[in-house]
Amino acid sequence: MPKQLLDKKEIDRTLTRISHEIIEKNKGTEGLCLVGIQRGGVHLAQRIARKIGETEGVEIPVGSLDISFYRDDIRIRKKQPTVSRTEIPCGVDDKKIILVDDVFFTGRSIRAAMDAIMDMGRPALVQLAILVDRGHRELPIRADYAGKNVPTSKAERVEVLLKEDGYEDGVVLLQPGEDVP
Amino acid sequence: MNTRILLKGKDLLGIKDLSTEEIMLLLNSATSFKEILGRDIKKVPTLRGRTVVNLFFEPSTRTRTSFELAAKRLSTDVVNFSGPSSSIVKGESLLDTALTVQALGADLVIIRHSSSGVPHMLSRHLRASVINAGDGTNEHPTQALLDAFTILEKKGRIEGLRIAIVGDILHSRVAKSNIYCLRKLGAEVRLIGPATLLPRWFGEFEGVKVYHDLETGIEGADVIMMLRLQLERQGTGFFPTTDEYFKEWGLTKKKLSAAKPDAIVMHPGPMNRGIEIASEVADGPNSVILEQVTNGLAVRMAVMYHLEERKEE
Amino acid sequence: MMLLITNGYLVNPAENFEGKADILIENGTVKKIIKSEKPKKNNFKDNNFKDTEVFDAKGMYIFPGLVDMHTHLREPGFEHKETISTGTLAALRGGFTTVCAMPNTNPVNDNAGITEFILSKAQAAGNARVLPIGAITKGQKGEELAEFYMMKKAGCVAFSDDGKPVANPLVMRRALEYARGAGALIISHAEDPLLSEKGVMNEGALSVSMGMKGIPSVSEEIAIYRDIALAEFTGGRLHVAHVSTEGSVRIIRQAKERGVAVTAETCPHYFTITEEAVAGYNTNAKVNPPLRRKKDVEAIIEGLRDGTIDVIATDHAPHSLEEKTREFDSAPSGISGLETALILALKLVLEEGALSLMELAGKLTVNPAGILGLDSGIIKEGAQAELCIVDPAKEYVLKSQELISKGKNTPFDGWCLKGAVAATFFKGRLARW
Repeated sequence: MPKQLLDKKEIDRTLTRISHEIIEKNKGTEGLCLVGIQRGGVHLAQRIARKIGETEGVEIPVGSLDISFYRDDIRIRKKQPTVSRTEIPCGVDDKKIILVDDVFFTGRSIRAAMDAIMDMGRPALVQLAILVDRGHRELPIRADYAGKNVPTSKAERVEVLLKEDGYEDGVVLLQPGEDVP
Repeated sequence: MNTRILLKGKDLLGIKDLSTEEIMLLLNSATSFKEILGRDIKKVPTLRGRTVVNLFFEPSTRTRTSFELAAKRLSTDVVNFSGPSSSIVKGESLLDTALTVQALGADLVIIRHSSSGVPHMLSRHLRASVINAGDGTNEHPTQALLDAFTILEKKGRIEGLRIAIVGDILHSRVAKSNIYCLRKLGAEVRLIGPATLLPRWFGEFEGVKVYHDLETGIEGADVIMMLRLQLERQGTGFFPTTDEYFKEWGLTKKKLSAAKPDAIVMHPGPMNRGIEIASEVADGPNSVILEQVTNGLAVRMAVMYHLEERKEE
Repeated sequence: MMLLITNGYLVNPAENFEGKADILIENGTVKKIIKSEKPKKNNFKDNNFKDTEVFDAKGMYIFPGLVDMHTHLREPGFEHKETISTGTLAALRGGFTTVCAMPNTNPVNDNAGITEFILSKAQAAGNARVLPIGAITKGQKGEELAEFYMMKKAGCVAFSDDGKPVANPLVMRRALEYARGAGALIISHAEDPLLSEKGVMNEGALSVSMGMKGIPSVSEEIAIYRDIALAEFTGGRLHVAHVSTEGSVRIIRQAKERGVAVTAETCPHYFTITEEAVAGYNTNAKVNPPLRRKKDVEAIIEGLRDGTIDVIATDHAPHSLEEKTREFDSAPSGISGLETALILALKLVLEEGALSLMELAGKLTVNPAGILGLDSGIIKEGAQAELCIVDPAKEYVLKSQELISKGKNTPFDGWCLKGAVAATFFKGRLARW
C-alpha cells in the first residue's frame, strides 16, 4: 500500500487554512480570482473559492488554465489525456490572480502558468497556492500559500486524489512502479 | 490514471487514415486554440524553435495563409516554397525538392499538389511530419476537420445529423475528406450532384446516399455543404452550362426551404456566387461561411501541435 | 563434353509428355531423352560416363525454354531503363530463352534498319534469343502503316503499336488487311484513348476514393470488340495483348466460338494482384492496362483455364527508379516482369489448382511459339538444348534490388515466393547470371 501523506480531514483543514491566509494577505476579497491549473488544480481552486465565499459571504470567480501550450517539457501534460479548457470568466486584467495547483515540484508548470496568464492580459498581482510541496525546485519560484511540505526523492511520485475525480480524498506517496490503488 | 491520447501516425495525409478518437482529439484541442485566437495576444510559445515549411506546388493564397498564420500563432518559423521563384519550375524532381526542404531542418512540411498522392509519396522520404493541404482530387483533411469543428460548434453534435454535400463530388478533395470524417463521426451523409460529377462508384461508399436532385437530397438536412464548381470544367462534357447547373444544383433561398429551418450552409470558398450558391443564401442567416475561415486557424494549430507532441513521447 | 540431367520431372507440351525423365546433352545438343518412372544410369549404357557432368534435378520441373511474346527491352533509346544485354540476361534468369521485343523504342522499330540493329545487339549480348516486333504505324503515331514486308524479312515476327493503341479504326482495318497478305500477325494494345482519357488506374470506387483518374474497363473492351470485328471482317490474324478485364475474356471467348482468328495473352500481374496494390500511391503497381478488381482476376484465371487466353506473357516494362518516384500521375506505367513471371504463374498450378503443369507450360512455350510461327519451346532429341529447370520448393523473399533487370519496378517486392529457376539452358549452354 502506498504511504498516505494526507487524509480527507487533513486536506480539508489545509484548504481552510489556505483560504484564510488568502483573505488575510489580500486584506479581503476585492479583485480576487482563483485560477486552477489543469487538471490537478481546478478542483482545489473551486474548493478554496467556496471556503472563501462562505467566510466572506461573496462569490469568488474561479477559472481554469491549461498550460499545454506553454510547456517547456512534455511531462507537464502527462496526467491529462487531451488538452483541457482554459477559461477565466472574469478576465485577468487588474485582477489578483491566485494560481492553484496540487503538487509543487520543479516549478516549471508554474512558470508556464505565469506565462499563460501574462499572455492573457495584465493582472494586478499573481500569487501561488499549492497543496503539497515536494521540493526539487529547478526555477526560482516559491509558493505564497503552501499546504504540506513533504521530503521526497526524485523517483517517487506524489498523487493528489479527489472525490471530484471519483476517489476518496487523499494524498499518497508512490514508489517507482507503484500505482494509485 | 488517464493516459494521453496521441496521434498514431507521423503525418496527417488524410482523414481516411484517422480513427474517430484521433479526429476527436484534434477537434477538442481546436477548442482550446480557438480560445487563444480570441485573446488580445493571439500567440502561444508552444512550438518555439520549430520550422514549418509551406510547400505549395499549386497556388492557393487562402489555404497557405491559413497554415502560415496558424504556424506563426504557435511561434514557429515559417518558410514558404511556392510559385515560379522556387526550384520546382527548374525541373528539379519532386523528391529532390522535398529533400532540400528536409535539409533546411523542417519539422513540419505542409504540402499542396495538383496530383493525388504526392504528400503520401514524399512522407515516405521525409523525417519531418507531412500535413496534406490538398492533393489533387484526393483529400483535404484540415478542411474536413474545420468543417466538423464548425458543425460541432453550431449543432453541438455530429452523430445522427443529416448532412448533404452538393456539387462536383468527383473532383472535390473537400468532399472526399468530409465524407470520411462525417461518416466516422456518425452523420448521415448525402451526396448530391449531376451523375457525371457523382458517378455510381460513390454508391459503394459505406453509409452514403446518392441523389441527383437537390431538393430531394437536402430534405430535412441539418447541414448543407456546397462545393466550389471549378469553372474550367465547363465544356469538358461533365455538364452543359453553368446556367443549367445553377438551375438544377445551385442553392437558392427557395430550395433551402426543403432543409430544416435551422440548417446551416457551408462552403469551403472561394464561392462562385450565382453558380453554385445564390448571394441571398451565402450572406443569409443560415450561412456560417466566414466562421469556417476562423475555425480553420484553430484546427490547423491543433494539427501542428499534436503532430509535434507525439515526437516528444 | 556431356551433361546428364537426372531425376527431373519433364514437362514437354510439344509432345504432350510429362513424367520423370533423364536428359543427356552432348556438346549442347539433346542426345537422348529417357522417359521412365525410375530412370537409371544404365539407360545410357551405350555411353562412356567418365567425362559426363551430372545435374541432379531431383524434385525439379524441366520445361522447354520459355517464350515471352511481350517484352520491352528499351534499346535503342531508353538504355537507362534497360538494355538488350541486361533484359535478355533477366530473361534467362526467369527461364525465358526467347523474348519478343516490342517496338516502342526511340527511334521506334518501324523499319528494317532498327530491326537489324536490335538483332545485332542481341547477337552481341548472346543471352536469350530476341525476336523483334515491328510497329504497325510509322513512329507508332497511328497514321501511316510501317513497312511490314521489309521488317518481316529483316526478322520481325509480328506487328504491334504496343504502348499505344491504334486509335483510328480505318488504320487498324488496313493493318489487319495488309498483314493478312504478308502472312503477319497483328498484336493489339486494345484501348480506346478517348475513354481512358488521362486515367492512371482502374476506374471504380477505389480510384474515386484515392482521387485518381480512372481507366474504365470499357476502354479495353470496346477496343477488343472493334479489333475482333475488324479481324472478322478482313480475315486478318489478331492477337490481343495483356487482357485484364472480365468483359474482355467474355468477348474473346465469344469470338473464338464463332471461329474468328483471334488469340489472346494475359500477364502474371492480372491474375495475381488487384487494384488494391496501388494503395499508398505505389507507382510500382501502376501499369497499363491497370490492375483490376477481384472479379476480373477470377475471370482471367477462368479464361486461362478454358483456353480463351492462350498465352502468359510478361509485358516486362522496366523503368528507372527516378521515373517511378515521380508523382503517381506522371510516373510511367509498367512492371519489371521477366524474373517473376514463371514463379507467379506457377501459383496457378501449385496453389490455385487452376491449371495443370502441362497447360501452364503450353501457355509459356508452344502456344506463343505457335502463334508466332516459331519452332521454339520444344525439347527434342537432336535439337539444341533449351531448357528451364525450376525448383518448385525453394522459398525466399523477393527483393527488387536483386533483380538482374535494370528495372526494379515490381509490386511483388517483399513477397514470399515459392519456386525459383534453378538453371536455364540456352543454345545448349548453361546460362550464368
